Amino acid sequence: MKSKQEFLGGYRRMVAIRRLEEKSAELYQQGKIGGFLHLYIGQEAVAVGMAAAITKRDHVITAYRDHGVAYSVGMPAKIILAEMLGKATGCSGGKGGSMHLVDPKLNFWGGHAIVGSHLPLAAGIATSLQYQKLDGVVVCMFGDGATNIGYFHEALNLSKVWKLPVVWLCENNSYGMGTAVDRASAVHSMCQKAEGYGMANACVDGMDLEAVYNGVSNAAAQARSGAGPFFLEVQTYRFRGHSMGDPERYRTAEEIKHWQDGDPITALRKAIVAKHKGTEAELDALDREVDDEVAAAVQFAEESPEPADAALWQHVYSESPNGRA
Amino acid sequence: MATLTVREALSQALWEEMEANSKIILLGEEIGVWGGTYAVTRGFHEHFGAERVRDTPISESAIVGAAIGAAMTGLRPVAELMTINFAFSAFDMIVNQAAKLHYMFNGQVNLPLIIRTPSGGGRQLGATHSQTPDAIFAHFPGLRVVAPATPRDSKGMLKQALRQNDPVLFIENATLYQQRGDVPDGDLTVPLDKSVMAREGKDVTLVTYSKMYYATMKAAEQLAVAGIQAEVIDLRCLRPLDMAPVVESVKKTNRAVVVEEGWMSYGVGAEVSARLHSECFDYLDAPVKRVAQSEVPLPYNQRLEQMALPDQEKIVRAAKEVLYV
Ligand SMILES: Cc1ncc(C[n+]2csc(CCOP(=O)(O)OP(=O)(O)O)c2C)c(N)n1
Ligand SMILES: [Mg+2]
Repeated sequence: MKSKQEFLGGYRRMVAIRRLEEKSAELYQQGKIGGFLHLYIGQEAVAVGMAAAITKRDHVITAYRDHGVAYSVGMPAKIILAEMLGKATGCSGGKGGSMHLVDPKLNFWGGHAIVGSHLPLAAGIATSLQYQKLDGVVVCMFGDGATNIGYFHEALNLSKVWKLPVVWLCENNSYGMGTAVDRASAVHSMCQKAEGYGMANACVDGMDLEAVYNGVSNAAAQARSGAGPFFLEVQTYRFRGHSMGDPERYRTAEEIKHWQDGDPITALRKAIVAKHKGTEAELDALDREVDDEVAAAVQFAEESPEPADAALWQHVYSESPNGRA
Repeated sequence: MATLTVREALSQALWEEMEANSKIILLGEEIGVWGGTYAVTRGFHEHFGAERVRDTPISESAIVGAAIGAAMTGLRPVAELMTINFAFSAFDMIVNQAAKLHYMFNGQVNLPLIIRTPSGGGRQLGATHSQTPDAIFAHFPGLRVVAPATPRDSKGMLKQALRQNDPVLFIENATLYQQRGDVPDGDLTVPLDKSVMAREGKDVTLVTYSKMYYATMKAAEQLAVAGIQAEVIDLRCLRPLDMAPVVESVKKTNRAVVVEEGWMSYGVGAEVSARLHSECFDYLDAPVKRVAQSEVPLPYNQRLEQMALPDQEKIVRAAKEVLYV
């Protein structure tokens, strides 16, 4: 990520995620999105920086806070929103919902709502790549809270023993639901957990697009080299509640304000103007483009048909029980 | 035709399919250098190498999760869990991931994976290592659950499972590995969705599967001495459950006993009995009886343990009860 164009592209994607999330919050309040909704607002630089640092051959898997990640890896906003609205045009025909966005064609393997459950899957995807001698790496994203569940430790250990091409990308946003890291985790630096497995690691500022990009680039290069997994802690913050029904009694307005002062989008805007000779007019034009994109996505999602009744019975299995025999 | 033990039959199935398909890999605890705790994979590590026969740390959820990830991306993993009691450590992987992803992701991913694991008690291993929780796993749509009894079915169903595209929980029985039986030569496959009549009779239908098949066949012999002709149905598959041969048999005999090793409540017998009452109520001349494990965690004490387990005697008694003799 060097050219002005690349930073403008990153800016556009981050703003798109922000608007998409604001819109989905609205649609949730209108009762058009059901279930749980976990917004990515505040963490946009992480997914966008990550996606900019990897190639089409690489794979991405994440937790339920997945909208921004899905968008970053190339899922159109309209498909994301359609899935959230449970429409037939969503990425899983409305059967997955907001926490289970997926698109195998993008090497994007979900969207997983049991905390930590996708970490072993990432190890398996990496095993598959390694076994098939494919060049890709797997970027597995998860929260600070997920580092406390057994899956995390089993998957990290296995990936090191098998020298798997994985980037463990821990989005440390200081909280797992309402529990601060220091109340939930024996060590407060996530990297220290990687140390426990003798794993190469680094910690970067997740509110800074360029820092995330550089961090993931370096991590992916190491994983790709055959040196084994790399653990990257990214320090970030979610500006909204854990999910839509969060009373937020566990943190102070001052703390939120402190982090919002470091809003990654505002920071990037400033950097583009200061370092890359960008103009406010250019950036405003991108904002308007994004507004149009999101408005069109909402329209698409709202006008899309519901899945047919028969969809209920489809894909319980892939085929007749005896396969090709 | 060869006479093989269940162990040899399973081993042959894996060996033949692995020779034919390099996408098949094995993973589990002690399956490689040790040769498998029940010796099913003895010699595999030497022949196929550590890439394909993978010893894992004691990490059940990572074993199954990695199998899922690998299956999603082109491999055909066979995960071995040392016993079904440890499947609870991977329970989330099995029921929230393996059983769900194909459906929840709208058919966009296939999960051609097998989880092989021995079930059953009777070896004085204490409550935690003696369970027969087969029915629990059969509760979940999206998973196939099979539990063959004979060497022939063990080989044929394992080969079949390795040629279809859905997750299969392949339940073995820890006490059956030495059981001998005839196995046809050549490329044998057996369907994963068909119950089978194992012994013909006209007076009472005995429905069973896995280890209890043998006690039930012996009970049928004992009943024959008393002039009672029992028909025996081996379910072989718990999900999907093939009731056709059971219903057909009961329409002839008008009486049924269901025999399982696990607990009675919410068990296989409960399911079969409920289906008989709804599918051929008018043909029943007596309430369906169930023979199952006493509703206690299995005790270590040998005598007490044997008291709690179903056996030939209990089956004979139940058969006579439904015949009112
Ligand atoms: C196994 C499991 N336990 C509990 C939950 C409920 N839960 C959902 S999200 C969450 C917090 C996770 O925090 P973190 O990993 O830091 O991710 P973040 O929400 O901050 O992105 C919890 C406890 C769950 N989904 N799965
Ligand atoms: Mg968190």
